[in-house]
Amino acid sequence: MSKLVATAAQTIGPYWALIEHPEWADLLRAGGPNEGYAKGERIALSGQITDGDGAPCVDAVVELWQADPEGDYEAGFHGYGRSRCDAEGRFHFTTVKPGPVKGRGNATQAPHVTLSIFARGLMNHVSTRLYFAGEPLNETDPVLAQVPAARRGTLVARPTAPGAWTLDIRLQGDNETVFLEV
Amino acid sequence: MSDPVGYLPVAPGSQPPLDSPGYGSTHKRHPKQAPIRIAPTLTESLAPKLTERDYPAFADLSVHEGHQAQGERIIVGGRVLDENGRPVPHCMIEIWQACSTGRYHHPLDTHDAPMDPNFKGEGRVFTDENGAYRFVSIKPGAYPWRNHRNAWRPNHIHYSLFGTGFAQRLVTQMYFPGDPLLPLDPVFNAVADAGARDRLICGLDMDVGREEWALGYRFDFVLRGRDATPMENPQ
Repeated sequence: MSKLVATAAQTIGPYWALIEHPEWADLLRAGGPNEGYAKGERIALSGQITDGDGAPCVDAVVELWQADPEGDYEAGFHGYGRSRCDAEGRFHFTTVKPGPVKGRGNATQAPHVTLSIFARGLMNHVSTRLYFAGEPLNETDPVLAQVPAARRGTLVARPTAPGAWTLDIRLQGDNETVFLEV
Repeated sequence: MSDPVGYLPVAPGSQPPLDSPGYGSTHKRHPKQAPIRIAPTLTESLAPKLTERDYPAFADLSVHEGHQAQGERIIVGGRVLDENGRPVPHCMIEIWQACSTGRYHHPLDTHDAPMDPNFKGEGRVFTDENGAYRFVSIKPGAYPWRNHRNAWRPNHIHYSLFGTGFAQRLVTQMYFPGDPLLPLDPVFNAVADAGARDRLICGLDMDVGREEWALGYRFDFVLRGRDATPMENPQ
């Protein structure tokens, strides 16, 4: 039986940059929790966040949470990063490609990262997942299977160069990103 | 290994809708499609381990490079709990706020009020074994924000909290008791439930403050809790 009710969220507002640490967008940074981490494939993740008019959300912030290259969250890799959006509304992360993650029951989840978006005008953050185009496990991923096929592409990043992946996030309107809640 | 236990459903009216028309910036930024509800996997049930080694604490916002900020010194303290009433130990809390005149230490803030050079407005603390936290600051001022005619934000402090599962992530704002701007504020009033709104207001607490030094305010955070009963298939 629940005794308390979770505190209401309030927008992060326009001035969250007071707690900004731009280096957190590089999960492999020197001096950071993953310094010297040598496993897996180093990748760059980026994308543009746009609003219902297609205008870039230049004051948004994106948080990333992911498993290590073996799909483990607790084996030493610090899978958390935060990136502000630049003047074009783009976020940029440097990290390693996650491996397949154990799912519920006997399921296996395709490699993915969670992206949470916070911004002025978002009363609460919204969360989605970034999957990698061409992964065979995408075909059997239990979360992707819950997304209508016509919208599934909003969760799948495409390669733009070796080791570079991009996924744009549309907060509202045509091709609106699928957001997830638990 | 058994499956992660689900989170308790959101209590009706306790969270602000993304489509909150009184707050103009939501118009073009709220998704129009409902989110897809998924059963929690390891991805949603685990969270980064954020420690003081990698994220150093700084619990006194009232002093910047050895100089005292202007304004009314305050101490804010309380606990972080989950919905089952269990303390959340080692929880990282990020803090940011305006100075006593209502200015943020930020280039986009152009409000015509004197900026306190000795107040940067950023803090970071961790809860102890019992979920308790405490920091020292300056009571923030109100400031105009152009949302509607003569719009002013009530005094508030921003917080960001990380729980033990990424699904518990919380970013919120704390308000002060008796602020006459509260009934006029569309961000505060986006929360439909009056009790949930009241819980965003800290309480004056003479045990939190320090005699002849600072007033104290108590504010407890509640993060989402796990459901004791098995979750139904969300499909």
